[in-house]
Amino acid sequence: MNPITPIVHGLKITLSHLFMKPVTLQYPDERPKVAERFRGLHALKVSHNNAKCVACYLCPTVCPAKCITVEAGEDANHNKYAAKYEIDMLRCIFCGYCVEACPVDAIKMTGEFELANYSRDNFIYTKERLLEK
Amino acid sequence: MGIEILGLPMMYYIAMVAKVLVAFLFVLLTVAYATYAERKIIGHMQVRLGPMRTGWHGLLQPIADGLKLFFKEEIIPSQASTFAFLIAPVIALVPAFMTFAVIPFGGVIEVAGYKIPLQVASYIDVASGKVYDVNVGVLYILAMSSLGVYGIVLAGWASNSKYSLMGGLRASAQLISYELSAGLAIVSVFMLSQTLSLNEIVNQQSSFNGLGWYIFKQPLAAFLFFICSIAEINRTPFDLPEAETELVSGFCTEYSSMKYAMFFMAEYANMITVCALTTTLFLGGWNGPFATVFPLLGLVYFVAKVYFLIFFCMWIRATLPRYRYDQLMHLGWKVLLPISLVNIVVTGIIGYFIK
Repeated sequence: MNPITPIVHGLKITLSHLFMKPVTLQYPDERPKVAERFRGLHALKVSHNNAKCVACYLCPTVCPAKCITVEAGEDANHNKYAAKYEIDMLRCIFCGYCVEACPVDAIKMTGEFELANYSRDNFIYTKERLLEK
Repeated sequence: MGIEILGLPMMYYIAMVAKVLVAFLFVLLTVAYATYAERKIIGHMQVRLGPMRTGWHGLLQPIADGLKLFFKEEIIPSQASTFAFLIAPVIALVPAFMTFAVIPFGGVIEVAGYKIPLQVASYIDVASGKVYDVNVGVLYILAMSSLGVYGIVLAGWASNSKYSLMGGLRASAQLISYELSAGLAIVSVFMLSQTLSLNEIVNQQSSFNGLGWYIFKQPLAAFLFFICSIAEINRTPFDLPEAETELVSGFCTEYSSMKYAMFFMAEYANMITVCALTTTLFLGGWNGPFATVFPLLGLVYFVAKVYFLIFFCMWIRATLPRYRYDQLMHLGWKVLLPISLVNIVVTGIIGYFIK
């Protein structure tokens, strides 16, 4: 076995890589383009100035991480609505089952991925914070 | 001319101090920016960017690193042998810088009517116009590079930690095995040059515009010497003394702050010295087109050759993984040593018939 040729071949490969365009993303300055079906932060869809959610409890039931808390309420028209809708982002595994389970298409996932925060309380996303902007 | 001290003109002393400062600053700056260049080059070879955020394209990174290390807490293990622990980084660093004293980095320049040979440990005899330097220059370098390993062994032993001791032992075993082949590779150069003075060796390579370089007369010796040198300065693929995956950080596991920085500086200074020595012995030193006409051009050639070899070291680091310990010993004793011995014999036979 000639030991020199593989080394020379390896040196050639590394030299050719020296002239390639680096793949590094200069993160805070450059941001990645998230894919269309990226599963990031949740958002509650809004229709006629109200959340579309009807508090059917399908999403907390299907959620494998048990991170969604829903409490139903009755509005002025005697319709069921989510009086409380909270997602614990520290538990969420971003599987998207809640979106699949929703019968009224009231919840979706956005491309938002910068969820870092300073305190644990801030990771509990309340209904107000989740409403679609 | 003017005042004389101990029978030598004042200009001699000024030139000597200037040369020492220039050589020292050159090594120091190259050490600082070799760390940056290494991170940058290896980064790009791995299709990354390397340091980007300290200054333009990370140019201030070495200064930031230096400041950070300087302000780190000094930790001396309670069970360590304090004196040896403190002296070890110094022993590693000082010989690394001292080696540069005998390497000629340019021809003879003339400043204010006084001729100065660009080599720290040399002077020109005004009467005869001959340049005198250390006539055992290469031996001096071999001695200094052997001294450097004491720092590493001492650091490993004084730390009183098993990883450090393993690193130190590996360093000494590796150095003994590879210094032998490196020395024998240089011997075949001596057989051609008939001298140990580095200045003489460079002058002998000045013929035929580069074709007189010893790398063309002794390609095998050049190859062996460079491999053994990389092994001697503990660089990848021979960085077993500090193999991170096995020994945490080898001999410098217990070191922190400026003492750690000194080991790092020693390692890079050794790399520069070895590259400068390879340049001097095999790549014609400061020789190149028109170097004898414009002595400062020789300086440029020398620096360019040294930087190319440093780049080559980094290129090898980006390419090859670390050798296993038994492979290292096998390569040193069963491959490189016999080849260098055969090379000497062949050089002797050819030298006997072609005179």
